[in-house]
Amino acid sequence: MQTELLAWLIPLPPIVAFFAIILFAYRSNSLSHSLAVGGVAISWALAMVIFVRALLTPGFAAEPIVSSIGWLTGGNQTLAFGIQIDRLSILGLFFVSWTLLAIFVYSIGYHNFGHPADRDDVKGLPPKSGGIEPMYARFFAFISLFAFAMLTLVLADNLLLLFVGWEIMGLCSYLLIGFWYGKPSARDAMVKAFMTTRVGDVLMLLGIVYLYSATGSLSFHAILGDPAVLDKLAATPSVLGGGLTAAGLIGLLLFFGTVGKSAQFPLHVWLPDAMEGPTPVSALIHAATMVSAGVYLILRTFPLITAGWSEGMPLNPTMTVISAIGAFTALFAATIAVAQNDIKRVLAYSTISQLGYMVAGVGIGAFVAAAFHLLTHAFFKALLFLGSGSVIHGVEHGAHASGEHVDANDMFNMGGLRRKMPITFWTFLAGGLALSGFPLVTAGFWSKDELLGEAFGTGHPWVFGMLVAAAVLTAFYTMRQISLTFLGEPRTKAAEHGHESPASMTLPLVVLSIFAVGAGWIGISNTFPVLGGLVPNFLHDFLAAGLVEPTPEAAFHMTPFVASVIASLGGLFIGWWVYRRIPAGASDPLAKWLGPVHTLLKRKYYFDELYQAAFVRPVYWIGETLSYRWLDRTIIDGALVALARAARWAGSGLRNWIDLPVVNGFGDLVGDETKAAGRGLRFVQTGQVQQYLIMGLIFTGLLISYVLLTSP
Amino acid sequence: MIPLWWFLALAAAMFCLGIYGVLSRRNAIGILMGIELMLNAVILNLVAFWRYLNPSVISGQVFAIIVLAVAASEAAVGLALIISIYRRRGTVVAEDIDLLKW
Amino acid sequence: MTLLQIIFLVIAAVMLIGSFLVVTSRRLIHAGLWLILVMAGVAAMLVILEASFLAVVEVLVYIGAISILIIFAVMLTRRVMDDTGPQSTQLWWVAGLVSLLLFGGLLAVFARVPALLVTASELPADQATVLSDLGRSLVDANRFVLPFEVASILLLAAMVGAIFIARPETSVEGGEDE
Repeated sequence: MQTELLAWLIPLPPIVAFFAIILFAYRSNSLSHSLAVGGVAISWALAMVIFVRALLTPGFAAEPIVSSIGWLTGGNQTLAFGIQIDRLSILGLFFVSWTLLAIFVYSIGYHNFGHPADRDDVKGLPPKSGGIEPMYARFFAFISLFAFAMLTLVLADNLLLLFVGWEIMGLCSYLLIGFWYGKPSARDAMVKAFMTTRVGDVLMLLGIVYLYSATGSLSFHAILGDPAVLDKLAATPSVLGGGLTAAGLIGLLLFFGTVGKSAQFPLHVWLPDAMEGPTPVSALIHAATMVSAGVYLILRTFPLITAGWSEGMPLNPTMTVISAIGAFTALFAATIAVAQNDIKRVLAYSTISQLGYMVAGVGIGAFVAAAFHLLTHAFFKALLFLGSGSVIHGVEHGAHASGEHVDANDMFNMGGLRRKMPITFWTFLAGGLALSGFPLVTAGFWSKDELLGEAFGTGHPWVFGMLVAAAVLTAFYTMRQISLTFLGEPRTKAAEHGHESPASMTLPLVVLSIFAVGAGWIGISNTFPVLGGLVPNFLHDFLAAGLVEPTPEAAFHMTPFVASVIASLGGLFIGWWVYRRIPAGASDPLAKWLGPVHTLLKRKYYFDELYQAAFVRPVYWIGETLSYRWLDRTIIDGALVALARAARWAGSGLRNWIDLPVVNGFGDLVGDETKAAGRGLRFVQTGQVQQYLIMGLIFTGLLISYVLLTSP
Repeated sequence: MIPLWWFLALAAAMFCLGIYGVLSRRNAIGILMGIELMLNAVILNLVAFWRYLNPSVISGQVFAIIVLAVAASEAAVGLALIISIYRRRGTVVAEDIDLLKW
Repeated sequence: MTLLQIIFLVIAAVMLIGSFLVVTSRRLIHAGLWLILVMAGVAAMLVILEASFLAVVEVLVYIGAISILIIFAVMLTRRVMDDTGPQSTQLWWVAGLVSLLLFGGLLAVFARVPALLVTASELPADQATVLSDLGRSLVDANRFVLPFEVASILLLAAMVGAIFIARPETSVEGGEDE
């Protein structure tokens, strides 16, 4: 089968599954999950076919394979939708399809399929005691829609279709974060996520519009594959002026979409709250797919962002902004993660931080390094989230068994789980080491090392420094998390009675851990000492060939290598040492040492409160007071009421002054006068014939005299 | 010899006297007599016109004959009515027969 | 002043006096008799006008039938109205005024029409021809048969009506409710 046809088919099975579930299959839980998993499995299979072809055929899709259908025609311009298969989209297909499949299978066990339905469970709240999720089919429908949107985004051949996929994912994240709508915190979180990403989306749409008006097309191939167009965009000044070129402004606007979607500073506030959703949702949205879409966008539009720039030149304004935001976010989020107690929140801030890495990579022009980190991060972060879900499940079960009521998410209620949940422990450990960049063995090391190498080698000391600091903190909080959760002794009875999760949950963990360990070896740089050259740098060759201006391979420098090894090993050791033996009921030792700084970190630098005061409250005020009370009720309603009163006054005036006296009066007058005249005149009719005759004769005489007098 | 207007003046005088009789007589039969006077004046008028202005056309006389016939029938019916009224109301004074008044 | 004119004037005076007495006599019988006199005068006038057939018809119909009918009616309704009370209505002076005005108006009209000053011309044919022509014209289909027949129907209707109206009341029906 042709590759284009395969690519067209890839997004279809999930959307078919979505419609089938919501229209027909929602009554049967097993049918719903079968349809969903089956759909994603078909997409996975088709994606693997394309991937294998790419591996076996040299030069496959070095020139993008594009196939599109005209969609909206207006005048002589047509907007199209279609698919584009090139190196970047094949990479995206790979990690997206694997992680989607793993998460879908995991969801079956997470939502307690096979357990009987608990009569106490209410739709809209999580199951209380391990019964099957009451809204089971709805969950699979939503994640099928989500899968469709992500696959569409990855395969899209133009910005408009990418934006469509982007927005559908926004909708699905709204629906899925607030899946358990009975919880007020979930409701708030879903709105917060949607609104925050919306801010980014509006700016992104402005960028799309500007691009369309500047070039007359939105197709990647036509714009990003054509050096002439890029040069022209890089040469024309933007509409805002100020030294920004058109390409720079467009790139900046599109980047703001990434800031929203990938939760970079300052639009990062939604992602931690989005942990209200079920854990597979957290994995999907915050690890594998949705936040990756933001990075995928700037990787896609990399030629536009770097238009007019090449290796060795100072960064253009857009790239400066991107790298600054990325590096800052990486460090900023890592500091917050250090002080969080909720197991999922640590991972959320970790995601923000790692995305900052990727964004910074794009900002300094390290295309391959950023894409590499995107790939590895998807696998190990999904693994970590699914692992945390497994831990929470185990602790909850332990809580029911022991009758204790504890917050199953709080790490300080866990401990010693390595004995009760071994598979979860080892896979979580693999993921955590990958996140920390444990040297040589884990995938995270290779991708992070390449980013640090690029930052150092292209001469961006600030970026390099911040990323190294973030790496230290990353290793520290990861080991803190692992120690608190799995090592030591159980701190609560719930942790004592926890047990391993079913196979449907542990199997995806194992698969993902294989990738977390092994995915790094495809990108070993050729200049790496000893190991470089043994295996070709598959990734670089694969990806760089897809760019119009291929970036050169990163050269090896000693400093970043040493820095990254020290950062990861050092952070891991310190984290283990501080937290290896925390007894039950003890507080965080870090709180004692950092004091008020710790509170600042724990309260996320009070950004939520700041945004609440600076943006949310004024908007509410505008809505409730200004618009509703003042404008709507007082002015508009008041005007209407005044108008109505005036009309009534006029009406009653007309009625009382004109209608009744004049019109009615006239009518009555006519009638009354006629009657009065009749009453008066009736006496003429005396009944006496002779008098009638006299009168007739008088009138006849008058007539004759008139005729006589007037005739000549 | 005799100008036409003598006949016409005579007929006019009779007609006016008839009108006076109709309008001023109290007795209903008196009124009828006035009417007969008027009709006679008309006949005289018609025949005078026939004789002086159009003697060759016979329709003048025919007209007068028809008028005569009508006058006769009208007198008969009128007197029958008067008799009937007299039987009913016991009076033939025109002023007292005023049921159709206000 | 020819003889004819004198005769005319005499007969006219008689007629006028008679008419005046018709309308002003206190006793109705007298009025009826004066009416007969007036009609005789009219017949004489008709003779002067050489409408001899009409003169005879006038005498026969008017004097012979109608006047007699009037006298019968007067006699049949004598009880109430004989010589008692005034004979004229309250507005007799208005009636007089009206009739005088009418007379004056008519005379004024006559004065304006010069054609009324003509004298009689010769009859185109003799009396016998005129008479036979009159008779023929009354039954000629192209001339006056229709008015003639209609007049006879009218007389029939009048006769029937008069009989019906003046019938003595034998049952509940009222005479004048026709």
